[in-house]
Amino acid sequence: MNTSLPMIEITALRKSYGDLEVLKEINLKVETGGVVSLIGPSGSGKSTLLRCINLLVVPDDGAIRVGKTAFSFGQALQPPRSRTLADFRSRTGMVFQNFNLFPHMSVLENVMEAPVHVRRLPKAAARDMAMTQLEKVGLADRAAQMPETLSGGQKQRVAIARALAMEPEVMLFDEATSALDPELVGEVLQTMQKLASDGMTMVIVTHEIAFARDVADRVVFMRDGYVVEDGPAREVIENPKSEATQSFLSHYHKARSAH
Amino acid sequence: MYEWDFSVIYQYRWLFLQGLGVTIAFTIAIIIGGVTFGLVASSCLLSRFRLLRVVALAFIEVFRCTPILVQLVWAYYALPILAGVEMTPVTASLLALSCYGGSFYAEIIRGGIVSIDPGQSEAAAALGMTPGLAMRRIILPQALRRMVPALMNQSILQFKNTSLVSVLAVPDLVYQGQMVAHDSFRPLETYTAVAVGYFAILFPLTLYVRHRERVSGAKR
Ligand SMILES: Nc1ncnc2c1ncn2[C@@H]1O[C@H](COP(=O)(O)OP(=O)(O)OP(=O)(O)O)[C@@H](O)[C@H]1O
Ligand SMILES: [Mg+2]
Repeated sequence: MNTSLPMIEITALRKSYGDLEVLKEINLKVETGGVVSLIGPSGSGKSTLLRCINLLVVPDDGAIRVGKTAFSFGQALQPPRSRTLADFRSRTGMVFQNFNLFPHMSVLENVMEAPVHVRRLPKAAARDMAMTQLEKVGLADRAAQMPETLSGGQKQRVAIARALAMEPEVMLFDEATSALDPELVGEVLQTMQKLASDGMTMVIVTHEIAFARDVADRVVFMRDGYVVEDGPAREVIENPKSEATQSFLSHYHKARSAH
Repeated sequence: MYEWDFSVIYQYRWLFLQGLGVTIAFTIAIIIGGVTFGLVASSCLLSRFRLLRVVALAFIEVFRCTPILVQLVWAYYALPILAGVEMTPVTASLLALSCYGGSFYAEIIRGGIVSIDPGQSEAAAALGMTPGLAMRRIILPQALRRMVPALMNQSILQFKNTSLVSVLAVPDLVYQGQMVAHDSFRPLETYTAVAVGYFAILFPLTLYVRHRERVSGAKR
């Protein structure tokens, strides 16, 4: 059954900021419908890798393929044009730590914005699409409100609906729950879990180890710009092979055995 | 002891009103011209291309750092000699005042744009917007709202700057005032009336700007 291509394929990816090499030879595959969790210490390059997948950060070297679209990078190669980048990004969804909702638009307008102005759907069709997605995250009744009147958890769910309204092939989450009060984390994780069980291909950068273990099929541990460990979620978290992963997870295991 | 006599003002009322009309029309024209210059210059300042940035910066600093009076004289008397461009006093004044105002508007607009959280353009890009679309739909609407008080302050200055066009014999309120003063031998009354005219228009506007600043300050 494994004859089909993976949805995301990253090959020998490199990225530097000045002298600082942030990603060093990253290889990663994500199957269609797969859920991969990226964990690792601060500064290890998780966000940079995630942003390379939708080319919000353009890598220096290597190759990226998402669905049918492939890009190669290197000194000799022209960087993609902004039109090409925009087309590509319209087919990947991204959710940010700070939500980044558009404050001058209502919830509904936030979700309709890209379908109308990027995909050029007729207003009525975009509205239907937006309402469907808002229902999916349980916020259809908030459609007319402005973002500033929502709780953090609700804002993040709107941000998820906004990304889903473009019908992306993959969804990328960068610490989607890190800016939330603890009591609001659950509703967002639940939304993400539902999305995963609906078969969405997802890459999730998270500090929620328990969530990574329960929802992801695979966990990738990064340190200093390398993928140190990559395996089935339960295995990597319960029985990490590398010492670096063990010491990173020791906090989590200690906290758990204390309960 | 000086005997004030304001009856001359009424006598020359039509000249004053004409002058006021010219001043207002000029202000509207140089606000439109200035904001247009400012938008172009600020997009150049924020451009990826070094050459555009350098040219825009040079333009802005030349006009910001020299006296507007010199610019007016220069546009009218020196451009014909140097570049062979002949202009009427009105055209020369419009050009100089628009460039002068534009260099200040450019900084206001640039500042407004860079004050918007970079997360906004990232979110727009992640949704598949091109940089131009993101600017138009996401960044500018938020930035403009923040800029309104500063843009209005600059426009108030522009209104007062029009008084300098009288040196090129453009018949604005100050120019007409000079005429009346000569004619009536009542310069004190005349210039007081001119000042009252400016004040009557600008004071309500400054109150409005203050109100806007309070409203947007409370919102943030
Ligand atoms: N735009 C940038 N310019 C310069 N350096 C950057 C830039 N973005 C990231 N870096 C650096 O790259 C390294 C990796 O950053 P990255 O944000 O990918 O780490 P991370 O694993 O997501 O960390 P965290 O858990 O703190 O979010 C860090 O040292 C960071 O300072
Ligand atoms: Mg990060």
